[in-house]
Amino acid sequence: MSTRDITVRVNGAERHGEAEPRKLLSDFIRDDLGLTGTHVGCEHGVCGACTVLLNGDPVRSCLMFAVQANGAEIDTVEGLAPDADTLHPLQEKFQERHGLQCGFCTPGILLTARALLRENPHPGDTEIREWISGNLCRCTGYTNIVTAIREAAGLMSEEEAAAASAPRKD
Amino acid sequence: MKPAGFEYHDPTTLSEATALLGRLGEDARVLAGGQSLVPLMNFRLARPAHLVDLNRVAELDFLSVEGGQLRIGAMIRQRTLERSEDAAAGWPLLREAAGFIGHVQIRNRGTVGGSLAHAFPSAELPVAMVTLEAALVLQGEGGERTVGAEDFFLGTMTTTLEPGELLREVRVPAPAARRGASFQEVSRRYGDFALAGAAALVTLDRDGTVAGARLTLTGSAPIRARDAETAVMGEKPSEALFREAARRAVAGIEQDSDMHASADYRRRACEALARRALAEAAQRAAAAMEDSP
Repeated sequence: MSTRDITVRVNGAERHGEAEPRKLLSDFIRDDLGLTGTHVGCEHGVCGACTVLLNGDPVRSCLMFAVQANGAEIDTVEGLAPDADTLHPLQEKFQERHGLQCGFCTPGILLTARALLRENPHPGDTEIREWISGNLCRCTGYTNIVTAIREAAGLMSEEEAAAASAPRKD
Repeated sequence: MKPAGFEYHDPTTLSEATALLGRLGEDARVLAGGQSLVPLMNFRLARPAHLVDLNRVAELDFLSVEGGQLRIGAMIRQRTLERSEDAAAGWPLLREAAGFIGHVQIRNRGTVGGSLAHAFPSAELPVAMVTLEAALVLQGEGGERTVGAEDFFLGTMTTTLEPGELLREVRVPAPAARRGASFQEVSRRYGDFALAGAAALVTLDRDGTVAGARLTLTGSAPIRARDAETAVMGEKPSEALFREAARRAVAGIEQDSDMHASADYRRRACEALARRALAEAAQRAAAAMEDSP
């Protein structure tokens, strides 16, 4: 089976790879790009663990072939934190509020929540629940996940307000 | 859980796509959003020798209102349809139906054309399109033909699409005045496959009686409930009227039994949903009449 060259922008950096057309995007991200933060659960689009952002939108990476992502921008959980010592507000709140136990579903939920907060910076609990309905968590019972997302939304708007009112350094 | 190998084709024009499908015939499957086909391939329930991917065919990616009718390119994502203000203004049934499809991650990839061509029994868009009397434009190498949505669906995952053809476009006729719509379904959990569903459109006369009604239920192919539609014509909307219409809607219809629900459950759920859909559509039509009599 012949392979195809694939170029994607992952977490802001250009990455190259080569894959058979049948290779799923989830496997390409993990095996070829070495980004194992994207988890593979059911491999048929039910669990949501493999959720990544494709050109900003959350999608199941197990329901796409890597070759289809050629030329696309992809965000994975590895790109969420601004640097190695700082957590993203979502990660901070998931930690603080116990929004995870085993952590298997967490990367998919974080990226889904990231996309939700970009679309609506102040979602209500119903909207949060609707968005994460496509991500299965078998540990938490979801309550702490919803709390963490709601509080992260608050933290992010506080940070934005602070950044907007801070004196400019130029 | 990994797909078998296949030859991959990613045409960038419609003519290239139909030429490929014409040449490959039954050996090829069309890949649209992949939210149904890729799981089938991961399970190896589908092992197409060739995949013709339409994701780079820009000609299939449009949504517009022209001369009052809604034109939807086959590759429009379900999420795009759901969020379209143009579509919601004239055809709110589509937004309501799209909101029931899987989850946001699925709707971001899943397409309007893919859902219709896949023709899965519990799918929302086939039921909505039959209700809205949409026309489906099928394109082959040799030309196009237009099929009414009601004639397009033949049964479980079976349509009138021929090898070598693809679904190019959906055309939804202009909405009537004083019209209301409603889409109802039941599933185990939010986002799961529907166990039963119903879509209704009700148009009212100026005196408040029913001037037109469309009712469609989920089944192996969408089930148009003609008896129920006839039963409400010319009548004043009432709970008793819609109860009787819903009873007629499910009289003698065939439903499947599987591990999720029995045929009898599905029939009874369809009856309840038909009643709710008709009542809500009539209510919304009345509200529309108040807004612009």
